This record gives sequence, structure tokens and C-alpha cells, in this order.
Amino acid sequence: MTTALAGQVLPTARGPLSSAVLDALRGGRPAAVDTAAADPYGDDLQLALHCCYELHYRGFAGVDDALEWDPDLLALRRGLETRFLAALRGDVPPGADVDAEVEALLVEPVGPHVRGVSHHLHRAGTVEQLREYVVHRSIYHLKEADPQAWAIPRLTGAAKAGLVTVEHDEYGSGRPERMHSRLFAEMMTELGLSDRYGAHTDRVSGATLAEVNLMSLCGLHRRLRGASVGQFAMVELTSSPGSERLVRALRRLGCGPAAIHFYDEHVEADAVHEQVVRRQVLAPLLAAEPELAADVVFGIRASRFLGERMGEQVLSCWERGESSLRPA
Amino acid sequence: MAEPTQPSPAHPTRITLTEEGPALVTGPVELALPDGTVVRSDRAVTAVCHCRRSRRYPICDASHRRKERA
Ligand code: FES
Ligand SMILES: [Fe+2]
Ligand SMILES: [Fe+2]
Repeated sequence: MTTALAGQVLPTARGPLSSAVLDALRGGRPAAVDTAAADPYGDDLQLALHCCYELHYRGFAGVDDALEWDPDLLALRRGLETRFLAALRGDVPPGADVDAEVEALLVEPVGPHVRGVSHHLHRAGTVEQLREYVVHRSIYHLKEADPQAWAIPRLTGAAKAGLVTVEHDEYGSGRPERMHSRLFAEMMTELGLSDRYGAHTDRVSGATLAEVNLMSLCGLHRRLRGASVGQFAMVELTSSPGSERLVRALRRLGCGPAAIHFYDEHVEADAVHEQVVRRQVLAPLLAAEPELAADVVFGIRASRFLGERMGEQVLSCWERGESSLRPA
Repeated sequence: MAEPTQPSPAHPTRITLTEEGPALVTGPVELALPDGTVVRSDRAVTAVCHCRRSRRYPICDASHRRKERA
């Protein structure tokens, strides 16, 4: 049995589903659970799914690595995924016109009334809100580009080469000190936040976990490779202007060079990644497998839906004068 | 658009001019500006601003995008 001694600690359960998964991770037999009653985007289900997926990334300290392929745990994961995916299929209108979808994403809404976390941070965010935002984002950015890497062996030819071009840049083009996950960790340290992998899982809501769980779900199922590429396209197409707003927020708030560097790098990198994703990933993928168009649109819309949901939750907390994080 | 090999007569450097924005150049490039400054980019693909609106000129920062007042 291989058990990591170091590594991320197990989070705290938030209900019956996450309890069942956490018990199984501690070596118990997974209990039968009923996912039908659970909120598909809620804290309990999303934390349960997050823990199942982390076995495929970094694992947990003191947890047997072999549980990654444990049939009971996989069966439990399947129930959670089915519920999550069915909810998304119900909430996201179907479509198959990828070009129209991309065109729409490339129009940038401007003005004082645009609602969004980066817009708020740009206009009026406080340092404390910015630190909260970074904590939410750490669930993804400390493993930035990893969920999308699952798509590589599921693509062929030009689309594969295009995806790897972008991933290579995310991983620092061969220079570990330039990896985006590393730049993010350096920003966290500069902001006085722990950059330890998994340190903030207990603090973030199900809405935040759901965004990253969608990436893992689409990455780990070959049949969802079109959605994985759609999700990836959504990030790469929208990140540059959002990063620019964050650079301005950071400057206004007098934040340090590591923080500014992370978002500044994303303004420039994602202006290129947008082009590569459109021309070298989406175009050849749809030429080779036109039947994936509906899944690509689903990936774009589902990630947008979950992103807006998460943003709305964070903004409404701030509007009430509350923290968007769960109590420590 | 991306030519993976070193430029040669058989595989010249390709610069892709996009309809809406930047010119895409493959490989590490140096961009020499009229004032004598040289901007270097090590990316696999560099987007060179063609619309002149970039705040990071000569590198594209997506400022060429159409904006819509909300
Ligand atoms: S071409 Fe993109 S900002 Fe000028
Ligand atoms: Fe990145
Ligand atoms: Fe990117």
C-alpha cells in the first residue's frame, strides 16, 4: 500500500455524501448513499466529488493511493457525477453552433453596470475581497492546466498539437519557475495566504468546487472530451480582459509584484491562447469530429453557468458585508 | 499557422494575419520598435498587435475586441 505521508490533509465533511467519501478515504467501506435528495451544486455533493477527484491528482496524506481505482469508491463517484451532470444538462440550454458561441464570448461588455467579480474588484474591491477571491481561485490555479491535460490523449492530430501548445505555455514552456501554478503560489505567499495544496478546501463553497469539478468530470471521461475542450476554450477566451481588470485592481490596492505578475502574464498569454484555441484546437477538432459540436457548446455554457453562479454567490456575500468564505 | 521547424526555404516563417486583431508569429521573436527599443517574446506563438490599441504594444492584449456597453 502506498500512502502519502505528506500532502494535502482531508477536508471536513459537509453532509452525508461527503461523510461517506471521507469515511471510505480513511479506510472504511463506502456506505450506500442517496444522491437524489442532494443539491447537485451544493456543499455536500461538490465536496464529495472534489475528494473523489483529488485521488486522481495529488491524493491525500495518510490515504491509500490505491483507492483511486477502488470499485466501491468509483461507484459512489459515479452516482455523484450522474446527479451533477443531469442537473447541468437541465440548466444549460443545448446548442451546436460553436462559431456563434465563440463570437459572443469575444464581445466584451463594458460600463459601470457590468456585474462580475473582476468588474467589482476593479471598481471598488478591497484587499480583503481580493484575498478571498484568490483563495477561491486557488482550488483551480494551484493545479492550473492539470484538468485539461486529461484531454490530450483523447485528441488526435492538429487539435492535440494545438492543445499541447497552450498547455506547454501554462506549464512555463519548460521553465518550472514560469509555471502558472507556481506564479499563483507566489502571489498567494505575497498576499499572506498559505500556498499549500489543499489548504483552503474547507473555506470555499460548493459553488467554487463545482467549477473545478466540471473540469475534472469532463477531463476524466473520454466521452466528454468535447465538453473538456469547450470548458478550456471558455477560460482561454475570457481570461485576458478579466485579468486586465485584476491587474488594475491590484495596482490600485498597492499589491506587490508577484500578484501583478500573475494576472499581467494572463493578459498577454491568454490573448495568444485565445487565438491558438480557436484556430488550432476548435477548428481542427470540429473538422475531424463534427459530431462533438454540441458537447463543445455544452462545455462552454456549463462552465459559464457555474462561473456566474459562483460569482453571484461571492458578490451577494460582499453586498451583505459578509465574507464569501466559510468560517475557518 | 504554426510552423514547428526552423525557418528554411522549404518552410519559411509564416505570419498569420487575423481578421479582427493580431498577427500571429511562431517561435521566439524580437520586435524592433521605431524608437529603438526591442521587445522579446519567448512564447511558442506571439500575437503582435496590429490594431494599435494594445496597452502592451507591440504585444496584443485583446484590446482589439469589440466592446458593448451594458
Ligand atoms: S491586435 Fe490585439 S490588442 Fe491590438
Ligand atoms: Fe494560465
Ligand atoms: Fe491560458
